Amino acid sequence: MMRADLKLIHAWIPEGARVLDLGCGEGTLLAALARDKDVTGYGLEIAPEGITACLAKGVNVIEQNLDEGLANFDDNACDLVVMTQALQALRRPDLMLDEMLRVAGECIITFPNFAYWRHRAYLGFKGYMPVSRSLPHAWYDTPNIHLSTFNDFERLCRDKGLSIVDRAVGIGDHEGHWTSRWWPNLFGEIAIFRVARRS
Amino acid sequence: MPEFPRDSVGLVTPETAHFSDPLALACGRTLPAYDLVYETYGTLNAERSNAILICHALSGHHHAAGFHSADERKPGWWDAHIGPGKSIDTDRFFVISVNNLGGCHGSTGPTSENPETGRQWGPDFPIITVVDWVHSQAQLADRLGIERFAAVIGGSLGGMQVLQWTLSYPERIAHAVVIAATPKLSAQNIAFNEVARQAIRSDPDFFEGWYADHDTAPRRGLKLARMVGHITYLSEDAMGSKFGRDLRSTDLNFGFDVEFQVESYLRYQGDTFSTSFDANTYLLMTKALDYFDPAAAHDGELARALAPAACPFLVVSFTTDWRFPPSRSKELVNALIRADKSVSYVNIDSSHGHDAFLMPEPRYQAVFAAFMDRAARDLGLEGHS
Repeated sequence: MMRADLKLIHAWIPEGARVLDLGCGEGTLLAALARDKDVTGYGLEIAPEGITACLAKGVNVIEQNLDEGLANFDDNACDLVVMTQALQALRRPDLMLDEMLRVAGECIITFPNFAYWRHRAYLGFKGYMPVSRSLPHAWYDTPNIHLSTFNDFERLCRDKGLSIVDRAVGIGDHEGHWTSRWWPNLFGEIAIFRVARRS
Repeated sequence: MPEFPRDSVGLVTPETAHFSDPLALACGRTLPAYDLVYETYGTLNAERSNAILICHALSGHHHAAGFHSADERKPGWWDAHIGPGKSIDTDRFFVISVNNLGGCHGSTGPTSENPETGRQWGPDFPIITVVDWVHSQAQLADRLGIERFAAVIGGSLGGMQVLQWTLSYPERIAHAVVIAATPKLSAQNIAFNEVARQAIRSDPDFFEGWYADHDTAPRRGLKLARMVGHITYLSEDAMGSKFGRDLRSTDLNFGFDVEFQVESYLRYQGDTFSTSFDANTYLLMTKALDYFDPAAAHDGELARALAPAACPFLVVSFTTDWRFPPSRSKELVNALIRADKSVSYVNIDSSHGHDAFLMPEPRYQAVFAAFMDRAARDLGLEGHS
């Protein structure tokens, strides 16, 4: 079973693409893309269990800390760079976005939307930092140091002069519900963006 | 019946293959005929598709796993990783481990007889390179009827042979495992080798390499060479935690005898080695290390040199290895990425320095086994997993 955001990304990636998956976890996406779409590429990961799982699956995995950048990948080395649920854990998400669009013309990014209504309610009514399915950690041990919203990310792309090719929300069962399509910043639990360099 | 551990390949007997076809060497000379000593573990399948070649390091040899006799105190040098159910699982792979040319454990080398003179080759033995080793190993593969290896695997200098295999015989290797290696030696690496060589060559018992004619051997020089080498194999932490500043006796005795435990350890290592290893072989092996540089023929561009490689790679380094540190493995990995090759890279947390590649460590074993599982699956090999 693939996570809802991975299913959508799987559909977005073209046949035979060369893909770099940043924070590839157990290599689920790359393995499925290799099997279904003849996709090649590499996953970067630092979690030992994830790396071992990738090796067992036959996914090319490189042990590499994303905060150290992508200097070992040439300009336009790939067709697409994917990063699912890792942006918010990076030291400088904005610089990573530049790096991703140096290595490939297009990238796909997913992150938990902090402005999701349940998160707002948690903070607004209960007065505690939100803990949810997409934000499962307590404030003191969370790896998520740069939480942002659907709107924040759109603004960053605008400021950088990037073009948003596509966007979607992933909320498991409610995926595609009209509320989240119309008001993604309020009803989208996971933000999914497809961003390209302005041509 | 002697009792061996259940996960051991048990009793093994080395075999010798004689080759009477001359082998042209990189140095321009030709070896008229030669022997290769090797061991095998496991069973070659009917399709001959499950063979693995193990390449040894500087002071290694063919005895990689199991025991030569019931009284042998220690098993082969890579017994931690070769055996039933181990990373290199002999229940499904047929493993070949060969002593390299120029060695002193049975394969043709400086201690063998030179057919032209009837006496030991000694210092006249031609300089052997990693490329030559790979060619000779391919001859052995032909002899054993192995067209393509399921994997070629090695650590340190062994890892360089693996890399050379992917370039010299890309169609004959299905998977490459390069552990604690480097695509070329650094100036510091060569410097350490040169200190080792000078230690041997300046020993009065060296006799320009003809020590056998004088019924002696440059043991003091070889001992020093090994002591220097040994320091580079261990990490500062490993040495610190093993010996610290512990003294052999309770008081300082203000002299030059052994006082610190680390001195005693190094002398012991050097002494043992100097009575069991040939000095001319040691000189040859260090030269093979120094000369290895596949990128040299491509203006130093490793990615271009790697163009022929066609198999998936696993590259492994160890955090405290300062002989061939993680940065050297990354250099290889990055060039493989640039060359658009299939590669995975793992940097194992270990306190054991360069020697970590010889030891069992849970994460090292897990990634090694996972990659070998995948190799077996790629080739449709039977066996438990």
